[in-house]
Amino acid sequence: MATQSAKPKWTELAVGTAITVPGSARQNRTGDWRSSRPIWNHEECIRCGVCVIFCPEGCIHFDQDQPGYPSADLEYCKGCGICAHECPTACITTQEEEE
Amino acid sequence: MEGMNVFAARLFPKDNRFVSGHRACQGCAEVLAVRLIHQILGRNTMVASATGCMEIISSSYPDTAWSIPWIHVAFENAAAVASGIEAGLQILMKKGRMPKRKINVVGMAGDGGTADIGIQALSGALERGHDMIYICYDNEAYMNTGVQRSSSTPYGASTTTSPAGKISIGQQTWKKNVTMIAAAHNIPYVATASPSYPFDLAEKVRKAAKVKGPAYLHVYSACPTGWRLDPKLAITIGRLAVQTGAFPLYEIENGKLKISVKTPKLRPLQDYTKPQGRFRHLDDATIAEIEKRLFEEYQKLERREGLIF
Amino acid sequence: MEQRLGLEASIAIAEVVCRCDVDIVAAYPITPQTHVVEHLSELVADGELDAAFVPVESEHSAMSVCCGTAAVGARTFTSTAAQGLALMHEILFIASALRLPIVMAVANRSLSGPISIWNDHSDVMTERDVGWVQIFAENAQEAADLTIWSFRLAEDRRVSLPVMVNFDGFILTHTIEPMLMPDKEMVQAFLPPWEPLLKLDVDEPISMGPVGIPDIYTETKQVQQHLLTQAYGPIVETLNEFAQHFKRTYKPIETYRSDDAEVLLCTMGALSETAMEVVDRRRKQGQKVGLVRIRLWRPFPFEDLYRAVGNVPVLGVMDRAISFGGPVGPVASEIKAAFYHREQRPKIVEFIAGLGGRDVPLSDFGRMFDSLYTTGETGKIPAPTIIGLRE
Repeated sequence: MATQSAKPKWTELAVGTAITVPGSARQNRTGDWRSSRPIWNHEECIRCGVCVIFCPEGCIHFDQDQPGYPSADLEYCKGCGICAHECPTACITTQEEEE
Repeated sequence: MEGMNVFAARLFPKDNRFVSGHRACQGCAEVLAVRLIHQILGRNTMVASATGCMEIISSSYPDTAWSIPWIHVAFENAAAVASGIEAGLQILMKKGRMPKRKINVVGMAGDGGTADIGIQALSGALERGHDMIYICYDNEAYMNTGVQRSSSTPYGASTTTSPAGKISIGQQTWKKNVTMIAAAHNIPYVATASPSYPFDLAEKVRKAAKVKGPAYLHVYSACPTGWRLDPKLAITIGRLAVQTGAFPLYEIENGKLKISVKTPKLRPLQDYTKPQGRFRHLDDATIAEIEKRLFEEYQKLERREGLIF
Repeated sequence: MEQRLGLEASIAIAEVVCRCDVDIVAAYPITPQTHVVEHLSELVADGELDAAFVPVESEHSAMSVCCGTAAVGARTFTSTAAQGLALMHEILFIASALRLPIVMAVANRSLSGPISIWNDHSDVMTERDVGWVQIFAENAQEAADLTIWSFRLAEDRRVSLPVMVNFDGFILTHTIEPMLMPDKEMVQAFLPPWEPLLKLDVDEPISMGPVGIPDIYTETKQVQQHLLTQAYGPIVETLNEFAQHFKRTYKPIETYRSDDAEVLLCTMGALSETAMEVVDRRRKQGQKVGLVRIRLWRPFPFEDLYRAVGNVPVLGVMDRAISFGGPVGPVASEIKAAFYHREQRPKIVEFIAGLGGRDVPLSDFGRMFDSLYTTGETGKIPAPTIIGLRE
């Protein structure tokens, strides 16, 4: 399906101003809200997935490249710190973002 | 990590119907609850949302965080709109105009949209017996408009319309018990739940979807912005809410009450109030008064447990 | 096939709604609408109408349920009056913005306070700007016919907007009149199954009713303005098709003996029938009076109005509501505005009549025509007059 414009002409608005592209919010890169980022220590990580569950952004996934280890999609991570706080082995640290 | 088998976390369904890119505040536990609930409910679900935080942060044209059918009409009518969706689907299936299938119909609103302005529409929908799930995401004030008090704001909390002042402790009324109001409609399933207990939440969502008729879920939704709470504590605070009796978890299945997370000895309320700016002004005497009330309320739940009512 | 019956407009509407094979009726009882929804509940209870009757707890929820049912593609009907319409107010705007083709019969009644269950147009005049197609019936036949037509128009994919059929409380709702009732086959031959422009569907998920930030909102309002204005074409077209199918003709503006008229009176709704009687009597006495009857209120049929009024020097407008502290008569104010830029425009005289069920006898219409003649002779336009007011 075609994308919908954020500044459409009135003739370009979808019927009833509906949003016809499911999950189109993915285009909001909320990662730029972040002031610190989570870093996983793979030596301590037991790959339990608690961080995956509790992420309010739903942006922590088990990494494809690092088999089985979780990582945050920094395009969306707002840096709330919940993952680091909830990690049962305290393997996540938060690192300040540089300006 | 308490109250959760850490290795079970991987078993949580991955079917994400509420995508990243939503505009909820940092550390919002309400949006977490929304995501978890819809991971359980899956693709065959339609949502009628009230006006409020979750509506605003998920649906600014042309961006939607939803990848299931979703509609927002107004503030006070999520239950009515959801009941219409349910009635519409039922009759269209009955008349053979659409294939028969199980579709979860969800009405969702915040505590303002549920306990205050939407309570009439909610009561009507529950009484009429629609096969739907109504979910109240309770962050205990009107957060979307700037933290004004609702009837679901706890006693003693300071909000922008129940500010603590020289002669006021903040909110001077006790939290309205909408869960029990819903239960009084004699619907098949009523529960309180919290994203801090994701497996309990998941189980309750499954039950709510399974029962024939209305189900009501009242979901604790920590709001770091409105509660003046460190965002990283949004999950921890939900556990403390349960452990102190501020938000007990229970379910009422066909009239039978069961406490989900038993707390034989409630923790001191200070553990819960201290991290939250909204309670920081409370003196020890007031905290003791609230603690006594929460204890009595919890005892009431214990006495009702197992009874059919 | 049509059958000649004696029916209240309320029952007639319910019967045609049944023949339109609606899927959903969501309604809350309010006088004088009750007979419509009572009869529909009976039809559902007897299995004659295969629909769900949703007995909501308020009109606000009635319109909200209608939004939900129409959003999944169920043909939806509701009915209300006065306070009920006012309680729906908020949701009416949203139903049209969402392009939901709900059909609603409004049994026009006065708004409180003081509470009055009787007829006038204060309820609908308060809802002029909600973005719905709004049409007026003058008798039971028209109420039934226009209800059938409303579904056809509402569901027309060029329109896809909600439609309000106005019919006067008590005068029509509770009065038995002779009429022709078409059978189901005849109605369904005119009204094909609805194919929604958009709907909630798990296989093709959309988000309806999102936030309209300032970058969007203006454009959404232009869409609504354009759609409702452009609905005029499909309105005339479908009314013509209705005429071919049912042999009864309806026009956006109806006239009565207006061609050679010296003065014209503009009316809306059931009192037009009384006015016609007065026109006939005056004509017998040699006075060339005539009527302009507004049938289509939204979109407002400007060109039809200009044609109907022609070059007549004096036009009276009978309003059934008051815009307090403003232009007095809401219909008159719109008609005056419509003529403001015209080279050729009549003197416009405002009358308010029949508020809260106050009877408007033949003699009152006589007084209105007399006033129009006086205006023509003196050239002086009187202040808006409340007819029948005790002073």
